[in-house]
Amino acid sequence: MTFALETAAHPENLKRIVIEPVTRVEGHGKVTLLMDEDNRVHQARFHIVEFRGFEKFVQGRPFWEVPVLVQRLCGICPVSHNLAACKAMDMIIGATVPVAADKLRRLMHMGQILQSHALHFFHLSAPDLLFGFDAAVGKRNIAGIVAAYPDIARQGVGLRRYGQEVIRLTSGKRVHGTGVIPGGMNKNLSLDERDYLLKEIDQIIAWSQAAVELIKVIYSERPDFHNSFGFYRSSFMSLVREDGALDLYHGGLRARDEHGQTIFDHVDYTHYWDYIHEEVKSWSYMKFPFIRARGREQGWYRVGPLARINNCDFIPTRLAEAERKIFKEFGGGSATQATLAYHWARMIEMLHAAETIQELLHDPDLQSDDLVSSGERQLRGVGVIEAPRGTLIHHYRINEDEQIVRANLIVSTTHNNQAMNEAVRQVALQYLDGQQLTEGLLNHIEVAIRAFDPCLSCATHAIGKMPLEVELMDAAGALIQRLIKDSDGQCRA
Amino acid sequence: MGALVMSKAITIDGKSVSFIDGQTIMDAALAAGVYIPHLCHNPEFEPHGNCKLCIVSVNGRNMTACTMPAAEDMVVASNTPELDSDRQALVQMLFVEGNHICPACEASGNCQLQAAAYYLKMLSPHFMHFYPPREVDASHPDIFLDLNRCILCELCVRASREVDGKNVFGISGRGIGTHLVVNAASGRLGDTNFAVTDRAAQVCPTGAILIKRQGYKIPIGQRTFDHKKISEVQMEPVKRTEPEHE
Repeated sequence: MTFALETAAHPENLKRIVIEPVTRVEGHGKVTLLMDEDNRVHQARFHIVEFRGFEKFVQGRPFWEVPVLVQRLCGICPVSHNLAACKAMDMIIGATVPVAADKLRRLMHMGQILQSHALHFFHLSAPDLLFGFDAAVGKRNIAGIVAAYPDIARQGVGLRRYGQEVIRLTSGKRVHGTGVIPGGMNKNLSLDERDYLLKEIDQIIAWSQAAVELIKVIYSERPDFHNSFGFYRSSFMSLVREDGALDLYHGGLRARDEHGQTIFDHVDYTHYWDYIHEEVKSWSYMKFPFIRARGREQGWYRVGPLARINNCDFIPTRLAEAERKIFKEFGGGSATQATLAYHWARMIEMLHAAETIQELLHDPDLQSDDLVSSGERQLRGVGVIEAPRGTLIHHYRINEDEQIVRANLIVSTTHNNQAMNEAVRQVALQYLDGQQLTEGLLNHIEVAIRAFDPCLSCATHAIGKMPLEVELMDAAGALIQRLIKDSDGQCRA
Repeated sequence: MGALVMSKAITIDGKSVSFIDGQTIMDAALAAGVYIPHLCHNPEFEPHGNCKLCIVSVNGRNMTACTMPAAEDMVVASNTPELDSDRQALVQMLFVEGNHICPACEASGNCQLQAAAYYLKMLSPHFMHFYPPREVDASHPDIFLDLNRCILCELCVRASREVDGKNVFGISGRGIGTHLVVNAASGRLGDTNFAVTDRAAQVCPTGAILIKRQGYKIPIGQRTFDHKKISEVQMEPVKRTEPEHE
């Protein structure tokens, strides 16, 4: 399946504009544009050019090692991979995770949502949002924010630091800890640790509220611009709690189409493959998932903060729920499909994370010693959580010797692959088509990608059997030679 | 009586260390609380001198402290920049000869190789990694054997032979081809009478012999080397969680 502007009908003699690397995202990606003499855009692609291999090299490893191993997919959201993998391992050991361990994991996850969302908003996106997309490039970075808005920069650093501290005290380390184990947790939260976190939580909630206010002000100053930038309609997918509430740790899968109509709801994620398939394209290492019922052409969707805020029926914390209502009502619901509304939704979630941390810290279950359980061994496990960037699926099979024999990971950024490409194409048409290109204009493309907070390192975990097609063409565009690698790894001319 | 027997002494780094006949330099040093880095030595078993980390200068000649009998008036140098540099290089070679992925290894924090590397201030592997293809044997119901992490210390070989009386493990091959083998026609641990309660299941200084399903159960902060250097832990048994019998 090829979408409009994905592949130019006649690429010969077109100019090739490359943005490489895309900056202020996690991982390595590039954008290529093919334009004619009049600077009309004929092709726009967001390529992921890095290559990992986790699904392959976890094979043969003992299942209890894998949650620690796979969290090395990422340095920003390792907790997500750790938790998703451990949820799969809970299933493999037949465990019903004790209530206390479930809450400790949720606390850890909220620490991560807080730090990851703060990192993205303050460090990666604020330079665009506060200075303008085509501001001087030397100023458009975190150092520029520190110089011009020191209080905002300080709050960003403070929020991130606090989230990392929550992670450290629940997992043992700020990055790549080992607190989560199959069946539960290896430690609780001591009273001293709880009191240490409680000391600052009011400040953290206040700063999170200020961040929501900041993005609201930015968005409302130019509502038409922010609503229309890279605009398109799409389906959304996320986990929701049984009662429809926002739940970032556990729930059923809900997908709604571009008109808000339900495609599926409260789906048991352990059978995700009945609902989602992945397509491989020759020009990117990242796969293209789609909802089976809607097919490859119509089945693509968005995940992440915007999807979650749109999909949930309510947020179970007071301040964030009030902000969700404001967001949904803004401009008669005009922001709910907007690319840049991801920033707004992300800050509402950050506030929710801060509120949830406060709630959990007052729960005496966190000091319980009933932390691990196990049951009847299974050979298959699926774990799904809502990572900061969206729905994260980990799926493993083991053999009788307890070694991994198959792994499939569908990572948040991968779900958004087509959506990011669509955003790039919309922005290319809106702002670049027919224009003399400048750095500022090209940054518009990156702004659209950044809205999704993509983690390209996470998203390219596959290895080996990816079909590839290499074509050698002469200056006139005539094909000289073609080499094709099929999905079984065999090459043919 | 004891005072008379202990009257003999050697000097280690300028400090007088008493010994009794039959003790090695390592025995005397450990008894006196003097640390000499080592990986393959464990006082429970006959010394082998495999790892060469305990190399010391004895009257100007380099010897392995774990095998060299102490003798009256020996002058031993151990804690010198030259010897520590050699020891660091030996540890670096151990790291590149195998596949030691500390970040994901469940022995991390309890691993003597890792602790020795920290003690010797190893900051990088320095040498090119061999990335050797090594076998993983998960056939035993309670024990996971990961030869990627084997440093050929032979502690499991000695423990199985001397304490457990089973001869489950042996060493085969020569030079760089030397490797740990399992004493079964199939070569698989699951086809031996190896048991999780065997001493050989507890002595691995790295993460090569692991009790299944126990990984990461000790929180960071409570692992053997989280707050103590290997020189402080000396030959205390490495803490592991008690095996669960499911």
